[in-house]
Amino acid sequence: MESQERVYTPYRGPFDPCPPVPFKTYVVPPNQFISFQPPDLPQFSLPEALRLGTLWPALFSPYESKQGGR
Amino acid sequence: MWIYEKKLQYPVRVSKCDVRMARYLMEQYGGADGELAAALRYMNQRYAIPDKVIGVLTDISTEEFSHLEMIATMIYKLTKDASVQELEAAGLGPNYAQRDHALFYQNSAGVPFTATYIQAKGDPLADLYEDIAAEEKARATYQWLIDMTDDVDLQDGLKFLREREIVHALRFKESVQILIDERGKKKVF
Amino acid sequence: MEANPCEPRYYEMLEQLQILDFALVELNLYLDTHPDDLRSIQQFNQLTHERTRLAKQFQELYGPLQNFGRAYSKCPWEWNQPPWPWQV
Repeated sequence: MESQERVYTPYRGPFDPCPPVPFKTYVVPPNQFISFQPPDLPQFSLPEALRLGTLWPALFSPYESKQGGR
Repeated sequence: MWIYEKKLQYPVRVSKCDVRMARYLMEQYGGADGELAAALRYMNQRYAIPDKVIGVLTDISTEEFSHLEMIATMIYKLTKDASVQELEAAGLGPNYAQRDHALFYQNSAGVPFTATYIQAKGDPLADLYEDIAAEEKARATYQWLIDMTDDVDLQDGLKFLREREIVHALRFKESVQILIDERGKKKVF
Repeated sequence: MEANPCEPRYYEMLEQLQILDFALVELNLYLDTHPDDLRSIQQFNQLTHERTRLAKQFQELYGPLQNFGRAYSKCPWEWNQPPWPWQV
């Protein structure tokens, strides 16, 4: 699957008071590439579908916390 | 009418006693892009839109109410056993002063819910595009909430809710497409 | 209510029901915009059948899932007995 993350570098001004962040990211979820869902798309198993929040892998968008997890 | 079902849509688990997150979660409870706003927005748009998309609005609105209940569950679990000191440390002192442990339709900054969060333009495309935008904004809010906690179980429930926004946005996009394709039907009086 | 809602079986059955009902929500929304997709309608009807059976089993053990005449009650009145969804 193609990455759903996009990266850009914010402009760095000479008088910025704080250390610059190297880059920023944003998500382009799969609904941006589907204008009308085609029929008979492959499906997750039903338990997986509940866990992931959709029945169709083609609509799934992963997201991980910037804090990680414990 | 509506029938209540005595179960959550998704098994919500919260494993860390982190009262701070309860306050931030209120953004999705009574905030501008929250679940209450979404449910009320879609439900109310049904009365001035072509029949072909009323089903989508009804069903997504109904699902949003189950998401509202999930958010309430998270807030409930995080605050139920919290002491006054813990609530104060989490920025919920003003909430306690007004209502003890009661929930309220407010955002993470304590601003009460208002009907002005919801638009109804009576133009099917304008309304549906607002709905698509609302879903994307809610998706973003869930991302920021996921970023703010390291409780994997809380993250898990929030990830489910985030994914639902993506599916809903697609259904609204399809609804737009359905209305665009309604051609060749001459008016007959 | 016959059985104790804190036991593992309650959570297992509840999750089974959540699994089926979630697939039904997904298919329902999909069919709202794809009303002529026969295979999805068949899947929807099949899962509705399974869901009805499981919900009946669940309700016999743990009391009604729905109010207002959508489920029978034993005595005493079962509907307002805990646990409520946010408590489990």
